[in-house]
Amino acid sequence: MIESAPALQIADLRFNYRHGDDVLAIARFDVRAGERLFLRGASGSGKSTLLGLIAGILSPQAGRIEVLGEDLTTMGAAKRDAFRAARLGVIFQMFNLLPYLPVGRNITLPCRFSPERARNAADAGGADAEARRLLDRLGLDPAEFWLKRSSALSVGQQQRVAAARALIGRPGLILADEPTSALDADSRDAFIDLLKEECAASGAALIFVSHDSSLADHFDRALDLSDLNTASVTA
Amino acid sequence: MSGARFPILSLALRSILNRAGTALLTILTVAISVTLFLGVEKIRHGARASFENTISGVDLIVGARSSPVNLLLYSVFHIGDATNNITWESYQAVAGAPNVAWTVPVSLGDSHRGYRVVGTTPGYFEHYEYGSGRSLTFAEGASFADLFDAVVGAEVARELGYETGQEIVVAHGMGSVSFVEHDANPFTITGVLAPTGTPVDRSVFVTLEAIEAIHLEGSTGRGTALPADQLRAMDLAPEQITAFFVGLDTPVAALRLQRQVNTYPEEPLQAVIPGVALAQLWSVIGAAERTLAAVAAFVVLTGLVSILTAILTSLNERRREMAILRALGARPHHVFILLVAESALLALAGAVIGTGLTYAGLAGFSPLLEARFGILIPQLLPGLYDLAIVGLVTAAAAVLGAGPAWRAYRHSLADGMTIRV
Repeated sequence: MIESAPALQIADLRFNYRHGDDVLAIARFDVRAGERLFLRGASGSGKSTLLGLIAGILSPQAGRIEVLGEDLTTMGAAKRDAFRAARLGVIFQMFNLLPYLPVGRNITLPCRFSPERARNAADAGGADAEARRLLDRLGLDPAEFWLKRSSALSVGQQQRVAAARALIGRPGLILADEPTSALDADSRDAFIDLLKEECAASGAALIFVSHDSSLADHFDRALDLSDLNTASVTA
Repeated sequence: MSGARFPILSLALRSILNRAGTALLTILTVAISVTLFLGVEKIRHGARASFENTISGVDLIVGARSSPVNLLLYSVFHIGDATNNITWESYQAVAGAPNVAWTVPVSLGDSHRGYRVVGTTPGYFEHYEYGSGRSLTFAEGASFADLFDAVVGAEVARELGYETGQEIVVAHGMGSVSFVEHDANPFTITGVLAPTGTPVDRSVFVTLEAIEAIHLEGSTGRGTALPADQLRAMDLAPEQITAFFVGLDTPVAALRLQRQVNTYPEEPLQAVIPGVALAQLWSVIGAAERTLAAVAAFVVLTGLVSILTAILTSLNERRREMAILRALGARPHHVFILLVAESALLALAGAVIGTGLTYAGLAGFSPLLEARFGILIPQLLPGLYDLAIVGLVTAAAAVLGAGPAWRAYRHSLADGMTIRV
């Protein structure tokens, strides 16, 4: 079963932009299948670069990146893009949604990009049903929100819709890049709990990146990127 | 592979619909420019076809030797004057030639309040054809019945408010204010012609004999004092006429007769085939029409640039949209295609609407165009040409859209999943 493969295995990774000095040098970084990891990183610590590498948008100069058991460094760009569509869910700090699609279509978008995600959603009762279920689980009434314009939502609601979109079709790994930094303290904790629960329910591993170390207690394990990254230069 | 399934077109469409206001304005700009272009093209071709059919039932026009265009200008368009008249004997000789079905003489030189007076025979109204074989018809009254009868063209009647039964006086020479009026011999209007969009509309027709009669006492006199009864009894066959139209039994005889006329030993004559001379004339005045078409084409370009503007201004705010698409698995070239598709879709919508507007307008205005300007629009349904224009406009928009799309592509490569605000 492929889901039992480790969510992430990085070894001897080195990365720099346009042959400048290394911005990332990571000897070893593993995330177990289904593990929920907190990765603390200040801005400029190279976290965007790391996420880009894990998502397969960037390609390292040296080292190995295995995501969900597959080696990204042996794939071409097109294959990495397809892999990302099929196996990864991404949540940004804000502006996660396409403004011209209503909530429902935003959530089901990954199923239209990836046959694998569409198949997984179909196994769970269909993309729309699955999207409604996730929306409901994340505390947004589907009857009320399904057809709403994304721009009519509050930031907190948008983040929850983004989480539903990241989770639909059971991707093996969720990358969350400061998803709560635009939320107030109460909705932040609620959002993290919901995200954790849903990752657990779908069996997805979670890498949650934030500069705010006070959030670390919510997670199975916490790491500091500056401890991982031995490159001297900051990006 | 997921890339192949990337729902670009539906996203492009949604994205356009989301910005309905701007999109609508952009589409409208393209639609108006395409309407203008197609409208100009249609009217241009219509005008050309109508012009080349100003006179169509006539196989040859014969006059004194000058240039074919000159003969055409004075005999059909009533512009300028004949270099020379031709004798009645020459006319009779050609009229009696084999294969000649009919002839209609015209005598020019007089005018009525700025409109040319054409001395001719009732045959003129039978044989003159314009457009695709359309005959002259009377809106009111009928052809000449008596010596001093007149028939006026549609524009003459409209501008001067003439009806049948009214009396008019013709003047010697041209110009709306003439010093010598043949006021001793007034004419009675017996007929008003229906509009044709040809110089016929701007003409006053009288009998050839009447022209002869009013000049009996010298060409600059006020007319003749002889009573009408006596005039009717006289032989008023003219000694000279300006030109005449020839109809043949078979059009293939035209070239032979033309050669015979051109080499007529008694008098320097010239015969022209109207269609050929009209095409020659059009090649001179058609320059203006080509300029108009060029201007219309540039207006379409302006419409396309407005698409470019709309997409370029939205590009920065859409940078984060591109990051989202990348995170969802879009390839960088999908971002490129998305923007090119948007540009092309806007142009396609505009061009289709513009084509629709053009034909709706033509359907609405073609009776007016025909009646007032004599421009007959040959085809009232969109054809292959319009399809080609729609395709061309869409393709041009796609090419122009490649500029901003390339920028978005570069951004997308540089930004990756990073959302730049």
